[in-house]
Formats: sequence, C-alpha cells, structure tokens
Amino acid sequence: MKKWLLNLGLCFYFMTTVHAETVFVSLEKDNTIAIVDPIKGVLVKTVTVGQRPRGIEISPDNKQLYIATSDDDTIRIIDLKTLKEVGQLPSGEDPETFALSPKGDRLYVSNEDDSMVTVIDIANKKAIKTIKVGVEPEGIAVSPDNQWLVSASETTNMVHWINTKTLEITENTLVDPRPRALSFTQDSKQLWVTSEMAGTLMVLDVATKKIIQTIPLSIQGVNRDKILPVGVVINKQGTYAYVAMGAANRVAVINAKTFKVEKFLLVGQRVWNLAFSPDQQRLYTTNGMSNDISIIDLENHKVTKSVGVGRYPWGVAVTP
Amino acid sequence: MVSLSAPSISVAKPPAKTKQIIKIAYFSQERVVPAALSNLDPFIQNKGVMGAKIALEENNTTGKFTGQQYQLTKIIVPIKGDIKKAFLNHIPADINFVVVNLPVVKLKQLADLDAAQQKLLFDVTTRDDGLRGQQCRANVLHLQPSRAMRADALAQFMLKKRWKKWFLVTGSLDSDRLYGEAFKRAAKKFGLKIVAEKKWAHTYDARRTAQSDIPVFTQDIKDYDVLVVADEHGSFGEYLSYRTWLPRPIIGTQGLIATSWHLSHEQWGAVQMQNRFKEMAKRTMKEEDYGAYLAVKAIGEASVRTKTNQFIPIKNYLLSDQLVLQGYKGKSLSFRKWNGQLRQPILLAAPRSLVSVAPVEGFLHPKTELDTLGYDAPEARCEKKQ
Repeated sequence: MKKWLLNLGLCFYFMTTVHAETVFVSLEKDNTIAIVDPIKGVLVKTVTVGQRPRGIEISPDNKQLYIATSDDDTIRIIDLKTLKEVGQLPSGEDPETFALSPKGDRLYVSNEDDSMVTVIDIANKKAIKTIKVGVEPEGIAVSPDNQWLVSASETTNMVHWINTKTLEITENTLVDPRPRALSFTQDSKQLWVTSEMAGTLMVLDVATKKIIQTIPLSIQGVNRDKILPVGVVINKQGTYAYVAMGAANRVAVINAKTFKVEKFLLVGQRVWNLAFSPDQQRLYTTNGMSNDISIIDLENHKVTKSVGVGRYPWGVAVTP
Repeated sequence: MVSLSAPSISVAKPPAKTKQIIKIAYFSQERVVPAALSNLDPFIQNKGVMGAKIALEENNTTGKFTGQQYQLTKIIVPIKGDIKKAFLNHIPADINFVVVNLPVVKLKQLADLDAAQQKLLFDVTTRDDGLRGQQCRANVLHLQPSRAMRADALAQFMLKKRWKKWFLVTGSLDSDRLYGEAFKRAAKKFGLKIVAEKKWAHTYDARRTAQSDIPVFTQDIKDYDVLVVADEHGSFGEYLSYRTWLPRPIIGTQGLIATSWHLSHEQWGAVQMQNRFKEMAKRTMKEEDYGAYLAVKAIGEASVRTKTNQFIPIKNYLLSDQLVLQGYKGKSLSFRKWNGQLRQPILLAAPRSLVSVAPVEGFLHPKTELDTLGYDAPEARCEKKQ
C-alpha cells in the first residue's frame, strides 16, 4: 500500500513537471524504462517494467506505450498517464523488435528463435496469425500507407514483403548480409535497410522490391570491421536519413535525395536505435555501452547533449 | 552437373518452379574413444555433423525463397574402414562440396585423390600450419583457426596485459610441439619473451602429478609472468592451475584458451545460435560443429548470391572479396586467398567466461585487423593458391 502511494506520488510529480516532449528509453540490463526530459536534458525518473526490456513503441494517440520484456516472453502495455501496466500482449517467445500499424490497431512481432512474425490484434489482445519467415527475423516495419509489412531476417539475409491484407509473403528481396533495421520513407515509396556485416545501407524501391542504391558507410580512419550499422530513420520531408553505426560510435547523416553520406556525428558507445522528436528538430540515440542517450540538433547536425539513463539503453520512443 | 565452362558468376535463372539442387557431402570417420583424464566431459562422437545439419536447415529456409534446395549426404566411415574407398564409392561426381572432419594425414590423402580435384573440401577440424603453408592443397579451405592464429591471439592479449615473460611448457605429442612452435613465433612477432621452456615428461596420474610434481616442475623458474601450456590432448595441462610454485596464470590449451567457438560466447547474436544448437543437438556447440556450420553456410551464401548450383562460380565467389560470411562474431568472415584459411575473430575464453576477442583492439593492419592473426599474405608459403 505504501509503495502504491509512493508510486502515485511520483506520478503526480511526473505529470506536473513534464511539459511538452518526453523520451522513453528501454534499459535492457536494468529491467526499467528511463523517462527523459529532452529539453532540459535530464533523466526525470525510471519505471520498472519487467525482465530485459528492449523494443519500445508508442501508440499513435500517445496514450499507451508498448514494451517488449524479452525474458518474460510478453509485450506489456503501459498507460502513459499513470505509467502503470494495463495489460499484456501474447508476443510469442523472446520478443525483441516489433512494429505498430499506422492506425495502432495491430502489432507485429519478430520471434527471432522461431523464425516467425506474430500478428497481434491489440484491442482483443490476441495473436491472430503467425507467419513463417527466414532465420532470425529482427527488423520489422509497416509502410505509412499500411500496404506492406516488411520483416528482415538476419541469417537468411532477406527482406520479406508481407501483404497487410492477406498476411502472406508475396515477395522476397535478397539484401546484404545480416540486415538489422528497416524504415520506410513517409511517402511509402522507398524502404531503407541496414546491413550490419557488409556495413552498407540499401535503398529499396517499394514498387519493384529491388535495391536501387547501396550506400557504403565507410568512415575515414575507422576499420571496416567496426562499421556495424543498425538503426535507420528518414525524416518526414524525405531530405535526410540517419543511421546508427553501432561499434563505430557514430550516427551517419545521409542526404536522402543524393544518397551521399554528408557527415558522421560522434555519439556514445555502441549506438543502436534512433528516434525523432515529434517536430523533427532533434534525434535521440541509445548508446548501449556508454549507458546514455545522445541528443542531436538536426538543424545544425550537432550533438548537443548526452544524458546518462542506466544500463544498456536499447530502444527509444518519444511523445509530444 | 560439373560445369567447367561457366565463364562468370552470372548465371541465368532456372525455369520457374524448378528447384536448383545444391549437393553437399559430410565426410568423417568414427573416432577411437580416447582414454579419459577425468569423467567430467563425456566423449562426443557426433562433433561437426550437428553443425552441418543445422546450417543445412537454415540454407533450406533461405532456399524456400530463392528456389534452391540443399542436400546433405553423410558419410561416416567406421574406425577400421578405408577412407579413400569410401570417398570414391560414396561421393559421386555431382557432389562438389565436401565437408571433411578428419585429421591432417587423412585429409591430405583425400585431397590428393584424382576424384577430389574437381571438388572443394572444407576442413572443419585441423589447425595445422603446414597444411596451410608449404603442404597446402588448392582444393581445401580451412574453417578452424590455425595454431599460429591462436598463438597470435593469445599473444596480443598478453601484450595488452603486459604479461611479457612467458614460461612455455609443452607436452610430448607432435601436436604439442607444433603449438609450442606457434607460441615461439607469436612471441617473436609481438615482442614477448620466452624466458624458460620445459617439456612435460611426467606421469598422467592425478594423485602424483597434481600434488607433488607440478610445484617441483615449476620451482626453478623464477622470473615469468604467465605459464603457456601446449597440451592439445589435455593430458596434464588441467593440473597446472593453482599448483605452480609461483602464483601465475595459465594460458594456451588450458586456463585461458584461444578457440573459434565457446559455450560462454553470447555476443553478436551468438546466444541465438547457441540456443538453436542446444535445442537440436541436446548438447553445447563445439569448435568442429561451428566449423561445419560455417562451411555449409558459406556454400549457401555463395549459391544464393551467385544464383547458381554450379561448382566454379560458387568456388570463385567463396574465394572472392565479395564473400561476407556471418559467423556471430561481430565481423564478417572471408577466406584468405593465399592459403584458403577462413579469417575470423578468435575467442579467448576461461572455462566458463569469455575473457576477450582477438584481434585485440590496437593491433592494426592496412587491410583488415583479422589478418594480424596467423600468416599474412607476404609470409604465405602456399604456392598452389597464389
């Protein structure tokens, strides 16, 4: 009872102190989510969620947060007002990454150990289908026009194109080895995919499902072995893409029109995942080995601050 | 289906719905169960083949999407069987890729057969530098790190720790002598010093050896940082820890070891591999399993990329700079053109924990840091592959 009161107290504190934007970071080794005020650049609080939290997403209405607690074999639903768990979704074993449909009615989970994608109806909290994909599926994304669900399998080296109406694979694109993450452009015309082993970024044309551009992400003075790109995001205007470079400790800034790498920004160690601020003015990175997040000012392409959050920051999601 | 005339790696797609079949053989011989030093580790007869099996399943998952199918023929020769006969009788001309799990002498016998000249043999177990040097064969690729690579890996880590004075202890077998030589080469290469060297010639009885012999054996060596042991069969090396006259760490074949795979390895997605393997094989993954896994995966990767089942284009792709083989070690793997050796990070492991991974940070190389381990191109002695 006391604990409950304390939590409630913290919640009120939280609600009264947080203005506009809030950044949520899953901390793989702390079993918590860190809540950061990015404007002040401070850690506001941490919330215990379950074992080994990794994938993290926020519902389109900004009311709920979904967090994959991998070692509990479930995805938890957290109410963003109270920061309390309000339900769980049947994710299958060891959920890591997942994607939300644009409307927020469905959630698609990669089941890495079972070579499957599980489709979950959020309202009914039920798994409605499992789809067999390649070995070790990881990156997963839904096109903004809700036509395509794509799943990248790390060991099969493919992007599987799944029709969101029929939930069947209709095409497969062979990509560079160990594809990690993928992101659609806002117009749903391109899919950008990172290859961790080849150290490349590939741009796929959604209409033909073919690779139209392969961008090598080499950094002068950094051995190719250390170029291990993971997360990729593209801004709404379609002018810039950003890639988290893993052990190279940098974020690549890529001109999305010319496909040229313009710049590398030094962030924390083992940078994996990225998220934009709602106004697209800032980019947040999770740095797994240095236990912090970096805040990048996108107008000037400069790292403005790093905020210590806890052990092994993995995923990041932002509410306005 | 052996086609030597295929001019390049671009091959027309097969007609729709016809599956391209890629045939692979796994060739091994039953092993004599060695005399056990202790009953801690049961003897495993199927090391290697389980790795090939799991890789085949993965290749076939990929194949479902590429219209390719992989078939594995297993040939396990009985202990007294004739390996050459078995090779000739059971591996037809249309199987070009043979995963071989045999000791050095027997591997050489197979590689030199006329029937093996239009095949590629994937050596998943030997660590012999001779086989990768002057006695190399053009039709053999080596999946395991050589002794020189392992010794270099340990030397890099010792140099970083500034444990520069080595006391080298070798066993009485030929393999121990070779590993001892690799340590001497590594010491010279990285500027470490072997301050003393002894050959173990004592009994293998635990009661005598451990308690009384080792303190005496090590008593007269006064000034060393670390004891380096070369005892590949594990006849006495396990007794060294905690029993030396001076308190010193043990590295080499016991204590801190250099290995291509280890049960404590979990980074870079390795935990998924370990879990998949355990589920299928009901035991942990061993080096030979990892070697055979990589061999079959390499064939899969090359055939998927070249879109063919033809021998020459697949072989050319495997030996090209284009090959990017994923091996759960955070770096892409490929074959050294000069001796057919798979370049790969080497795990430095204590019995139940991963201590470091070589190449150790700071050892630089103009092309790839992976080539700081073992014989680099300018030192290569293999003329058949140049």
